Parts: sequence; structure tokens; C-alpha cells
Amino acid sequence: MEELSTTVSDLSMSVDNIWVLIATCLVMFMQAGFALVEVGFTRAKNAANILMKNLMDFSVGSLAFWAIGYSIMFGEDIAGFIGEITLFYGPDEVDGLPQITKLMFQTVFAATAATIVSGAMAERTRFGAYLIYSLIITLVIYPISGHWTWGGGWLSELGFIDFAGSTVVHSVGGWAALMGAALVGPRYGKYVNGIPKAIPGHNLVLGALGVFILWLGWFGFNPGSQLAASGKDNAIAISHIFATTNLAAAAGAVVSMIISWGRYKRPSLSITLNGALAGLVGITAGCAAVTLESAAMIGAISGAVLVFSLEFIERKLKIDDPVGAISVHGVCGAVGTLLVGIFATEGGLLNGGGFAQLGVQAIGVFSTMGWVVATSGIMFFVIKKTVGLRESQRVEEEGLDIYEHGETVYNTI
Amino acid sequence: MKRVEAIIRKTKFTEMQEALHEAGIDFMTYWEVRGVGKAVEERSYRGIVYDTSIIERIMVTFYCQDHLVDPAIKAILASAQTGEIGDGKIFISDVEKAIKIRTSEEGIDALN
Repeated sequence: MEELSTTVSDLSMSVDNIWVLIATCLVMFMQAGFALVEVGFTRAKNAANILMKNLMDFSVGSLAFWAIGYSIMFGEDIAGFIGEITLFYGPDEVDGLPQITKLMFQTVFAATAATIVSGAMAERTRFGAYLIYSLIITLVIYPISGHWTWGGGWLSELGFIDFAGSTVVHSVGGWAALMGAALVGPRYGKYVNGIPKAIPGHNLVLGALGVFILWLGWFGFNPGSQLAASGKDNAIAISHIFATTNLAAAAGAVVSMIISWGRYKRPSLSITLNGALAGLVGITAGCAAVTLESAAMIGAISGAVLVFSLEFIERKLKIDDPVGAISVHGVCGAVGTLLVGIFATEGGLLNGGGFAQLGVQAIGVFSTMGWVVATSGIMFFVIKKTVGLRESQRVEEEGLDIYEHGETVYNTI
Repeated sequence: MKRVEAIIRKTKFTEMQEALHEAGIDFMTYWEVRGVGKAVEERSYRGIVYDTSIIERIMVTFYCQDHLVDPAIKAILASAQTGEIGDGKIFISDVEKAIKIRTSEEGIDALN
């Protein structure tokens, strides 16, 4: 009998393990989605540079997160702020799941946060500067604020809800993107006498394919964060999260289309693509904590906020973000996390929980924002003053591909 | 012998080719061209309206005997006209001499 029970528990662990590894694959595939969105929304002359940045932030990030980052995030808690550092993490042990499965799953999440920035700083940032950034965000910036929420740090003690990382992953990337884009300055020709000009992306087919791939990948990102699949409760939870994720994305796309149609007279493809992503980012925090109806509402609100945020950042702040990463990941990540305090089935404002959860959500959102804005601001400033953040005007006009990499993506010979 | 040059909308090319065939013109050269003119191609990207100032058209050139010029012009007008700005133009000029490379024939004989 005892033997039988051990076998059953081993089998359920295997089921969990396979699910989390499949989810890891789906989240890893989001790298392809990011690469396609970014390359499609920018000009052909910088395509190799964008692809190289996407390839390298995943590669550099994987190594850095394994070497130090993971243990900072999930190591034994020190004062609620940081985890105990273990260099080159990798024990072949099982704690619910194999430890290395957790490392793999968290690595693809860290790389997601890192890759958000490349689109916002596209077409004008020096490649070497971007490599330094990739290293530092996955080595220090992301793991520390991640520890606060997911590693047993002070935000988790407060009861902050961020199930799959609207704030922990997306806002961290989004706020770093904000600082990077602000410090590197707009692309040459983006603003003429302070008026923003259109710089159309060179291939929205790639952009749309990228969004579909990201949408698919999110079915690993959110349901995978359940970190288990065996048994009735996990089965119900995963399916529920699949549905909340999908409905929020759909609502985000529909609402952003309607608003862009109203404001700009025509339904904009590029904004609606962003809108689907806004819904996905928005629901990531609360995907396990809200009903399907609330998920659709969160997606709809995120899609609406997105359009106004894009306009505000481009026209008022005059920060040039070619792909809309700051709005999609930073702003909608924050909005989605706050909305958990309103829509949560247990403890949400609309469900009789009062303002307590909303307050905790606000603390989580703004403390993480403050941390990332400060640290990434210092990092980009130091990079700017030392190795240099920005390409020369000549390189920018001719295209980064030729000067930085010597290779171009579209070749006629 | 005349040279006829027409700049027309890309979408009207097939219709025009068929109409010219009816009018007895079976040899022509064409290429895709870009120009700047009165037509405005307004586009919008992420809510910002812009004008490409680039108009894409097809330019057709053919050489024919004098008596075929009028039917050819009628054929072009009938097939390539929409009535909106940007329909294009036709230019007709004299040709001094034509030589067929394969046979060294000259004049009218060189045209076919």
C-alpha cells in the first residue's frame, strides 16, 4: 500500500513536471513572438540588429540568471529584500518539482522581462550598450524585485497578488524600457519641431504573426504558473486560467480597435495588435483570481488604457517607443495588477473585500516601479556616460545592420 | 512612325493592354515608375497621418504607324480613365528611324 502511494505521488509529480516543461517551451517561444513584433514594427535597415538583440538577451539572460539571478530571486530570504546567493544554481533534487525545472521555467520568465526593452530602444541604440543592459537586468534588477513577490520577500508577506507577473515580469521590462527609451532619445526624424512623425514599420505581417505567437505563448505563461497539473483542483485551475487569459486578450484587441477607430477614423492594425497584448499583460496578475467575466473586463480596460497611453507617451512625453512596449508592458502591467484589487473573487473591491487588497496591489505596483525606474535609470545613465548608449546620426540613417553587424536581412543577391 | 508614351494607374494595365490589342498594338514596353504629382496617397500609422508623396504608376511605351495612333489613344482613354486625379498622361512624338536587329530591316517593316 505504501509502495502504491509512493508510485501515485511520483506519477503526479511527473505529470506536473511535464506540464511545467511544456509551459516553459511555450514561454520560450514567446521570444520568437517578441522578435517578430519588433522586427515588423521597425524599418528593414535595422532588422538584423533587432534580431540579434532578441537572440542575445535570451542567451545572455539565460546564463546570467543561472549564474546568480535565480538564487537572488528564490534563495533563502534575507530581510524580505533579497535571496541568499548560490552561484551556478543546479541541484538535481526534487521539491514538489525538480529544482532544475523551476530554474528553467523562471529563466524563460526572466528573459521575457529582459526582451521587452529591445523594441522600445530599437533603431538607435548601440549594440554593446544593449548587451550590458541585458546582463544587468537578469543578473540583479529583475531578480531582486522578483524576490519581493515570488521569492518570499516583503511584498508576498503583505499578500500582494501577481500570479504570473503583470508587475514582476511585464512592468519590470516596461519601466526599464521607459528609462532606456527616454535616455537614448527619439529616433532621428521622429519629432520635427516637437511634432511626432509616423515611421511605419516595414512588415506588419511579421508583426501580426509575432502577436499570434505571443498569444499562444501566454497559454504557457499564465496556466504554467500554476506550477502543477495533476489532480482535479489543478486541472480546474489550469483550464480556468486558459479561459481568463484568452478572453482578456480578445477583449483588449476589440476595445483597442474600437477606440483607435473612433479617435483616428480608421481601425489601426498596429494599435489593435498592441491591444491584444495589452489584454494579455493586464490579465497576467489576476488570471487565477478572477472570474471569466472579470477577465474580459480587465482585458477591455487594458485595451482602452493602451490607446491613450500610446498617445500620451508619444505626443506628450515625447518618448519614442517604436513598438509600444512601455504602454503594453509597463502601463498595462500596472493597470492589470491594480485591477486585481477591484475584481478579485476573494478580497476584491467589487466583491465586498473593501480597499485592503487594492491598497496592497498599489504598494506592489509602485514599489516595483520605483525600484526599476531608479536602478535602470542609473544603469542607462552610467552606460551613456561610459561606453555610450546612442549610435551616431550617420549610422542611424544608414541603418544599424550595415555598421553594427555587417549583415543585412534582405539581400537581393 | 510615332512613339506613344502613357503613364497610367497600375490597376488599369491589364485592361489597357487588352484594349490596345483590339486597336492593333501588340508590341509594347512597360515598367513600374514612381513620381510626384497632384494625387495624394494619405496613409496613417498608429494614429499619425502622413503623406508618402510617392505615386506608383506604370509607364508604357510603344511605337506604331501613324494611322494606328488615334485608335490607340482612344483605347487608352477608354480603358485607363477613372475621372479622378491621378489617371496619368499620354505623350506622342515622332520617330526618325526604326531598325530590327535580327534582320536589319528598317522603317515600318522593323515594327513587327
